[in-house]
Amino acid sequence: MFEQTGVATREMVMEKFPPIERINKGPVAVVECYQKIPCNPCQTACPFGAIQIGEDINEIPRRDEAVCTGCGVCVAKCPGLSIMIVDGSKSPDTVEFRIPYEFLPLPAAGERVVGLDRAGEPICAATVKKVMNPPAFDRTPVITLEVERKYLYEFRNFRREAEARG
Amino acid sequence: MRITQHPILSFDRGKELHFTFNGQPMTGYEGETIAAALHAAGVKVLAKSLNLHRPRGFYCAIGNCASCQMVVDGEPNVRTCITLLREGMRVETQEGKGRIQ
Amino acid sequence: MRELELLIIGSGPAGLCAAISAAASGARVLILERSFAPGGQLIKQTHMFFGSERQYASHRGVDIAGILLKKLEEYGDRVELMCNATAVGFYEDNVVTVLKDEKEYFKIKAKSVICATGAYEKSLAFPNNDLPGIYGAGAVQTLMNVYGVKPGDRVLMVGAGNIGVIVSYQLLQAGVEVAAVLDAAPKIGAYLVHASKLARMGAPILCSHTVKEAIGTDCLEAAVVCRVDERFQPVPGTEQRFDVDVMCISVGLSPLNELLAMRGVEMKYVPQLSGSVPLRTENCETCIPGIYVAGDASGIEEASSAMAEGYLAGLCAAAALGHVPEDYEARRQEYLRQLEGLRSGPVGERIRAGMKLSAL
Repeated sequence: MFEQTGVATREMVMEKFPPIERINKGPVAVVECYQKIPCNPCQTACPFGAIQIGEDINEIPRRDEAVCTGCGVCVAKCPGLSIMIVDGSKSPDTVEFRIPYEFLPLPAAGERVVGLDRAGEPICAATVKKVMNPPAFDRTPVITLEVERKYLYEFRNFRREAEARG
Repeated sequence: MRITQHPILSFDRGKELHFTFNGQPMTGYEGETIAAALHAAGVKVLAKSLNLHRPRGFYCAIGNCASCQMVVDGEPNVRTCITLLREGMRVETQEGKGRIQ
Repeated sequence: MRELELLIIGSGPAGLCAAISAAASGARVLILERSFAPGGQLIKQTHMFFGSERQYASHRGVDIAGILLKKLEEYGDRVELMCNATAVGFYEDNVVTVLKDEKEYFKIKAKSVICATGAYEKSLAFPNNDLPGIYGAGAVQTLMNVYGVKPGDRVLMVGAGNIGVIVSYQLLQAGVEVAAVLDAAPKIGAYLVHASKLARMGAPILCSHTVKEAIGTDCLEAAVVCRVDERFQPVPGTEQRFDVDVMCISVGLSPLNELLAMRGVEMKYVPQLSGSVPLRTENCETCIPGIYVAGDASGIEEASSAMAEGYLAGLCAAAALGHVPEDYEARRQEYLRQLEGLRSGPVGERIRAGMKLSAL
């Protein structure tokens, strides 16, 4: 189905997530790159060498969860916007996501937004914790959102309430 | 139809220019093509086809397809998708082949 | 008649890189650009490019144009860029005729020529496909991203290759609703990361679908789409109507290289490269010594490959003119390695097949 819709299946998504114990320890990158394409900026961007592609730039990136600090430098660098940071260390009930979001208007910290899944369907409420848009991100803002823990493997995007109404 | 805010781009529009479309006064900006200025004003029909007089808009935006040809300052077959707007231009829908005036 | 060393036709990614490479070796270069501004189609690419840092990956195309033009400035008066200048003829004695500003017509004779003339968008046949409101996807990208004008309110994208999917995403960024993205093929042709970006914004991608007809009197008002079977035949009873004021056609590009055919370069129809292309050596040289091709004019690929080809063609053309840098062979091998890397994966399979068929 993925090749017909662009929506990854649950099994594919699960494979890209590190074990829950790692997520609960602190932030870590989830690299949702499922197809061999000639591209390697994630490897170049990672200051810790935690994302490896190797000599052949068509290889699928491998993220070493033991080395990854969840710093998020790769999030705004991935041309496919396929990387997000998940962090389960903040609370037993919620998880924090850092996702790239190239649309205006940007949300504000504290704003309640609609959480969307990989098909753009609304699934939950989410709270914006932080909006980062420094020059180094080159116009790919990264939004930190807090989401109920049960949506860990479904949440992937959001839309603002005003847009939902409008 | 003009984009006012954009996540990646900022549009530094040039000076406002005045032109006419089929005699109607219009405004556009320096640095944009005739077709872009017309489109921003909601004008999509730029010409009528040679034989069946079907409406024509622009298609390729690189001056290749001939769909956007209009009469500009009396000159027919001007490719408006690649021709920059100038102050005082008279732009007219082209019917068929067009004639040199 | 003006005589010169190296003429480059086209200032898109391939032409600019060819100019940088040739000028770096010491060649004197004239670049002809038919548009009023250089950069080719880079100037409307707001997304980050793929590839490696050698092809400016992770930079946005629009910014890459600026990076390349700035690099070109380093070579000062060795490089001349002439805009609003269309090469309209290419003759046996390497004379190129040029139409400048739509009125001045003159001849240029060059010792060597690199043709980096790019591509144009293919069209699709269906009833009323000529209605205003139906555009090439690249044309809409120009309208939005160069001129800041929206094509309309609601769009149907026909074609789920990289251009179709990327332009759909850019339409969303400009505030245009994307009703659906269709493709007659049973699978998405675009890089799937692009497709996923679009899917999670709620824009549905419908494979095995095509346009049955467009509806409208003066302008597009709606489109009827239907499913197609494995043989790309419409399946009756599967029609769906979309009320849209914009339809973008993104069913592929064709190489623009009539100048080379006119010059007598041996051409061949290679479907894997999306059209008629010149036969060439690994150094991008055609069957006529001193005449090179780079970028989409040699076959449709990604801009990253166009840049690598441009660098290679510029290096080799300059060397043949006597400007051989000390590290010539190392650089040549480096560009060949880059191209091999960009084409070596599963998505490069077609290109590799096309390269074999068009090799001299």
